[in-house]
Order: sequence, then structure tokens, then C-alpha cells
Amino acid sequence: MSPSSGGARVARGELAVALGALALACVVLWQTLEIPVSPIYARVGPTIIPMITAVGLGVLSLLLIAGALRGGWQTDEEKHATPDRKALLWLAAGLLANVLLIGPAGFSVASVILFTATARAFGSTRPVRDAGMGLAFALLAYFGFARALGINIGAGLLERAIESVLGIAS
Amino acid sequence: MDALAQLAQGFAVALTPINLMWCLVGCTLGTAIGVLPGLGPALTIALLLPITFKVEPASAFILFAGIYYGAMYGGSTTSILLNTPGESATIVTALEGNKMARGGRAGAALATSAIGSFVAGTLGTLGIAFLAPVVVDVALRFGPADYFSLMVLAFVTVSAVLGSSAVRGLTALFFGIWLGLIGVDLQTGQARFTFGLQELLDGVNVIVVAVGLFAVGETLYMASRRLSSDDEIIPLRGSLWMTREEWSRSWKPWLRGTALGFPIGAMPAGGAEIPTFLSYFIEKKLSRKPEEFGHGAIEGVAGPEAANNASAAGVLVPMLTLGLPTSATAAIMLSAFQSYGINPGPMLLQSQPQLVWGLIASLFIGNVMLLALNLPMIAIWVKMLQIPAPILYAGILVFATIGTYGISQSPIDLILLYAIGAVGYLMRRYDFPTAPVIIGMILGPLAEQNFRQAMTISAGDWSVFFTRPLSASILALALIAVAGPKLYELATRAPAAGQAT
Repeated sequence: MSPSSGGARVARGELAVALGALALACVVLWQTLEIPVSPIYARVGPTIIPMITAVGLGVLSLLLIAGALRGGWQTDEEKHATPDRKALLWLAAGLLANVLLIGPAGFSVASVILFTATARAFGSTRPVRDAGMGLAFALLAYFGFARALGINIGAGLLERAIESVLGIAS
Repeated sequence: MDALAQLAQGFAVALTPINLMWCLVGCTLGTAIGVLPGLGPALTIALLLPITFKVEPASAFILFAGIYYGAMYGGSTTSILLNTPGESATIVTALEGNKMARGGRAGAALATSAIGSFVAGTLGTLGIAFLAPVVVDVALRFGPADYFSLMVLAFVTVSAVLGSSAVRGLTALFFGIWLGLIGVDLQTGQARFTFGLQELLDGVNVIVVAVGLFAVGETLYMASRRLSSDDEIIPLRGSLWMTREEWSRSWKPWLRGTALGFPIGAMPAGGAEIPTFLSYFIEKKLSRKPEEFGHGAIEGVAGPEAANNASAAGVLVPMLTLGLPTSATAAIMLSAFQSYGINPGPMLLQSQPQLVWGLIASLFIGNVMLLALNLPMIAIWVKMLQIPAPILYAGILVFATIGTYGISQSPIDLILLYAIGAVGYLMRRYDFPTAPVIIGMILGPLAEQNFRQAMTISAGDWSVFFTRPLSASILALALIAVAGPKLYELATRAPAAGQAT
């Protein structure tokens, strides 16, 4: 520790992350204790490595907390960079819409929304063009990538319509 | 020589039209994703893992190897022209390469990095062909305890020694090990960490974790930092033909870079950062024009690029002979082996000679293809750099969704993907390395298996790891690797601290 950092303030972001790690360690410990162990495997059972993992995570998270309380580990430049909250919100909205819509509305519709929202998050101001590109991209990905690899991504109305026009049995 | 006969057989596998096609597809795709910022070989191979259900192993690995090598070639183009190194190993290339490009010598920088990559890749592949059988001979004597210790060593070096902080690296590693533990324990049939969810009984899919960390997390991070970046693509200027002077200043760094990169990459510790940095400093020391360093010295591109590619080849040695991946990409490839029901390890060369030697032969062919793809056709790749960020990242997220949703059509997987993406964002934001997560997740269960075998053999006696000479010395190395730097720091700091108080 250099003398100048003696009066360093608690780094809140780092502290939150470190507490998150501690919480994870507690969950791992709790779930490890929930694993029933048959007496046959008592010595080399299924809980030894989980226990080591829980303890390891716990010790490391305490070290992280100590680091955060002493002013954190990030450079000043990184600390002062404020994340673009609006961009993150657009992305989160796009991802959420995607999870909710991919089942009921089909992959293409969900993808177009995700594509447009992501482009918006990165500063695009032309949603109609983005939606068009998103649709082209989704269909290309669906027919080129997913069908070629034999991945079934659940056709929606749009995909079925195109497949029936092209005469591909799905 | 036995290896040569085996290699000839490998070429017979690799030169079939279908495998040549896979090799070309892999090299092209690899170069493309290497050029594009935000995409890397680990992510791409993870998205293509479902291919293992459709094509035979040799073809799939030829494809993956093409992507792996191709990404190294493509990555240097981005470092030179855009100054945004895609991965830490190409940071060094950007140092001098970008300066050369700014000085109007982009052509020469691209040429020396492509030809250097070719030289290093070819020599490195030759190294695999001759070193792999030797390592196998040694590895056949390893018991479960030795394997476990070796994995501990790999864990420690990958997460604690190579990154910027041992604590953060090890936290990432343990997080990965925990992810790998989720699901039914194969030995006892006991469900672990499934939180009562049926979907988790089979474990967390590595595709979900890799795509979540590398695609979703990366996209979130880039979006949050969009305003503070000022990337400028430098137009391609200068002849791609190197002058006589440039050749004479390049060839020795290529060879020295290879000599550094391959052995370090082949160690069970791995990592491309150390050899590339070492190569840079050695070239700076040996250069006849050290004053050019920092302003675009060609040696500073030639050496580190060769070191990077040679270490990429080296990493394949422990992966193929010991089943020990030391990079995120190698870990994903290991999971592809598992998906075929093949166990990489000392028996692999005997049980799957067609596969291994076909793969090695295809690496030679791939290097030739990559040289052709990356020099005469460089203009195409430069065009790819001009894809606007909104379109690029939107495309990445849509692809990430298809790749994940396709596994099981379960929204649970998507939710898990986005949750891991959020964790990936936080890790990136707070400077945690992500590769240890993948390595811990793939290697963790294997380490546990060896641990339990060793403990069963010793009837529950923990001392087995310390009484076997091999295992004990490997563990000692691991301890030195993790504690050594800290102790050194304490030892050198103690007098100063004494003065202060």
C-alpha cells in the first residue's frame, strides 16, 4: 500500500461485486450441506470438491471485500468512467422481450425486436432500417445456420409460412 | 521415423475433398471472426458445437482447428489497422503494428505478421507432431493423483499467474468449477446444485456459459462504453511486398518468436501473453534500430506475432496428449471431444490416430490457406472492419440467441444465458478474467474424477498427493507459482515498511 492510498475511500462498485461473491460462496456452502451422502461414499463422496469450492470462494470473497474497503483495485480512469445506463437499459429491454416472445411469437419476430433494440443501444437512429436488416439476418440465420446444423429453434408463423412457400417440410 | 509415417496417414485424411472443404470453411470463418472485434474463437467454436451431432469427429476438429488458427491471423489485422486488440495476446502486435500503419506502412506490417504467423504456425505444428508422442510416453506413467496435481497446476497458472490479479483470477476459476459441478454426480447419481430444476440435472451447457460470457457480456460492456471509445480504422497503405530490408529485419524475430512461443504454449500452464511480451522485449534489446521501437519497428510486429501463433500451436500439445486445456478455446474443443464420447489423454493417439494425425496434417494445410487468405485477399477483411457497431453487435446477440435456444428450445437456457451475460458484464467491468471460468467448468469435473479415483485407490488417505514424487513436485510448483510472487513482494517490501513506521 503506498502512503497516498492510506486515506482511500471505500470503492462501492467493487464492494458490491465482492459481497456478491460472498453471497455465492454462502449459497454453494448451503447447497453442499444439502447433498445427502451415502455412508459408502463417506470418505470420497460427492461433497468434497463442492466443499473446497465453497471454502475457496468464501476466502477469496473476503480478500475481495478487504480490497474494496481499502479503495478498490481499479484504475482511477476506470472508476470514473460512468457506464452508459441508457444503452444498458435498451439492451436489457431487448433481451427481456426476446425471452418472452421467442416461444409464443417465433424466432424471427423475437430476433427483429432484439436486433433493433441492440442497434438502438449502440446509437443507431434508424429503427426501420435496423428492423429490416434484423429480419433479413434472422431469416438468413434460421435457414442458413440453424437448419444446416440441424438445430431446431422452433419455427413461428413467419418461418412456417416461408417454409410452406418454398416447399420445405419442417 | 514413426511420426512421419503417421503424419503421411494424417495427410491422407486431411486431403480428402470434404475435409479440405471443412478446413477452408474453418480458416475463412476463423479469419473473419478474428478480424471482427467482439468475436473470438472460443465463442465461435462454442456456437458450432452442435455440429458434433452431424459430422464425423475428424471433420469437426479440422473445422475447429481452422477457426482456431484463423482467428490468430485475423486478430493481428485488427490490431494493426484498428488498434483494438481482440485478445490480450495481440496487445503487443498493436504496439508497433498500429504505429507502422499510422506511418503509412500498414502493408508491410500485415505482411510480416501474416508470413510470421505462417512460419510460426508451420514450425509449431511440426513441433506438435514430434512432441506429442514423447509427451504421451511420459503421460502413460501418470496415475490419477498425478493428473489431479497437474490439473491443479494448470488451474493455478491459468487463473492466478497469467492475469492481473491472483484473487480475481481464482474467484473466476472457482465460479467456473462450481458451474461445472451443477447436475447429477456421475459416480453416485446424486443431484448437486440443481435447485430443484429438472433442466439443470444434465448440468449447465458449456455453450450457454461461453456464449453468455463472450457474446452477451461483451456486448453489454461495449454498449456501456460506447461513448468513450474512439476507434479509427487506418486505411491500408504501403505495399504488401516487403522490401529486402524488411525481410532481413523480420526473419530472425520470426524464428526467435517461434522458439519462445511453442515451448511456453506447450507447458501445462499455457498462455500466449508471456511469450508475446518476452518476444517484444527481446527484439527491442537485439534490434539494430532500438530507437524505432514505439514508432513502428517491424521487429516488434514480426516477433510477437510469431510467438503468438507458435504458442497457439503449443497449447494443442497438452490438450491432445493430456486432455489438459490451458485456454478457453482449448477447453471448448475438449468439450467437443466429450460430446463425441472421446476422452483426450495419452490414449488418444493410439485409439484415434486418424483423428489426431488428420487434425495435425490439416493444420499444415490450414496455414497455407491462411497465408493465401490473409495476404492477397486482405482488402476483403479490411472491408469487414467497416461494419458499423450497431449492426455488428445486434447480429452477435441474435446469433448468440439462436445458438443457445437451439440446444433445447427452453426459455430456461435463455434466462441462464442472459444471467451469465450479466455476470460476464460485471466481470469485464470490474476486471475479472473470464477464461478461467470456462477452463474451471470443463476441467473441474475431470479434476474431481481424478481426485476421487486417487482417493479411492489410497483408501481415503489424503497424503497420496504428497507422497508420490511426481504429484508432490507438481503441487510444489503450483504452490510456488501462486505464492511465490506474493512472498517476493513481501520480502522486498518489508524493509521499506519498517522505515515508514
